[in-house]
Amino acid sequence: MTEWLLDAVLALLLLALAGGALHARNRYAGVLLFIAFGLVLALIWARLGAPDLALAEAAIGAGLTGVLLLAALARQPAGSGAEGVSFARHRLAAAAVLVPLLMILLQGLDPLAEQRSPLPELATGALGQSGVSHPVTAVLLNYRAWDTLLELAVLLLALLGARQLGPARFEVERPWPLLRAWSRSLAPLLLLAGGYLLWSGSSAPGGAFQAGSLLAAGVVLLRLAGVLPALRWSFWPLRLLVLLGLLLFLAVAIACAWFGAGWLVYPDGWAKPLILVIEVAATLSIAASLSLLVVGEAREASA
Amino acid sequence: MSTTLFWLAVGALLWLIGLHGLLTLRDALRRIIAINLMGSGVFLVMIALAARVVPSDPVLVALVVTGLVVAVSATALALRLAGSAERGKSS
Repeated sequence: MTEWLLDAVLALLLLALAGGALHARNRYAGVLLFIAFGLVLALIWARLGAPDLALAEAAIGAGLTGVLLLAALARQPAGSGAEGVSFARHRLAAAAVLVPLLMILLQGLDPLAEQRSPLPELATGALGQSGVSHPVTAVLLNYRAWDTLLELAVLLLALLGARQLGPARFEVERPWPLLRAWSRSLAPLLLLAGGYLLWSGSSAPGGAFQAGSLLAAGVVLLRLAGVLPALRWSFWPLRLLVLLGLLLFLAVAIACAWFGAGWLVYPDGWAKPLILVIEVAATLSIAASLSLLVVGEAREASA
Repeated sequence: MSTTLFWLAVGALLWLIGLHGLLTLRDALRRIIAINLMGSGVFLVMIALAARVVPSDPVLVALVVTGLVVAVSATALALRLAGSAERGKSS
């Protein structure tokens, strides 16, 4: 009974925040509601037994996306983008399309609730050979390592695409003194937490994505507090960090194909060290790419 | 009604709220939020399916973890594009 009550409250809160984020009177309130939506979603992931996801959502969905949206809001000239009020008739018509769609979707999803998939047993069955003991990390970096490789490529593509649009004009106002003082003591803790998440990923919830996004959140916080200088693309170690994960992953993939059984099929006994190296490189790359995407770079003198 | 079906329905509803926003709103920032909500709805459906077994199906969880990072990078790119479109309009 209590579980049902918790589920119902979480679901209602989630849907109300989603509606509020879209239809709030002003955009600032909408963005704030969307950040709250991310936090409620993280709670729901934890409730549904996916702590890996709850960690990632709390850092990415609520933290980084929130900063991104607020920065975009600040960049837009005030008063632009009129509130976008549409006619009531318009909204009614959209609802008339969506309600039948909901029926169709529910009918399609209903049989899935009873089906059983053979994948979880296969995944836990092969865990002994995967080199790690946490099934989610095993899937991410061993069984479906291709996904992770391509995901790093997508991140790089997004970063390059954003760079094509010119400097981001991310200007930091004079920071609030309390934030400045706080961030100095928070920074080492964030670094420690990121390292812990990375290390524990082999046996418990955590791993490269969570650690990378936590580190990126730390960099963003320090940048906002004005403690960190602007991140510059022309600074070569930063470029190296961004590329490191993808390059190392590709090198491992090619070496496996050349000397071993095939693309990303790790040789016996090598899985654990290879996964560890890839994970460390991927964490650094994800942290560097995400922080560059979010806080952008200062206007370059030569650009 | 089982817990799985309940969360599947919530996920579908969330996806539709996002789609409704995408259809009716004109502002770029709100539309980007709407697309994010649709993505979250899909993730919710996948995690509800993952939670059919205990412990959760690691394959689906791993897919959603990957999806989250892709979603945030797509959002960043979309916001930059929207920003430069706005600047192009005003100048």
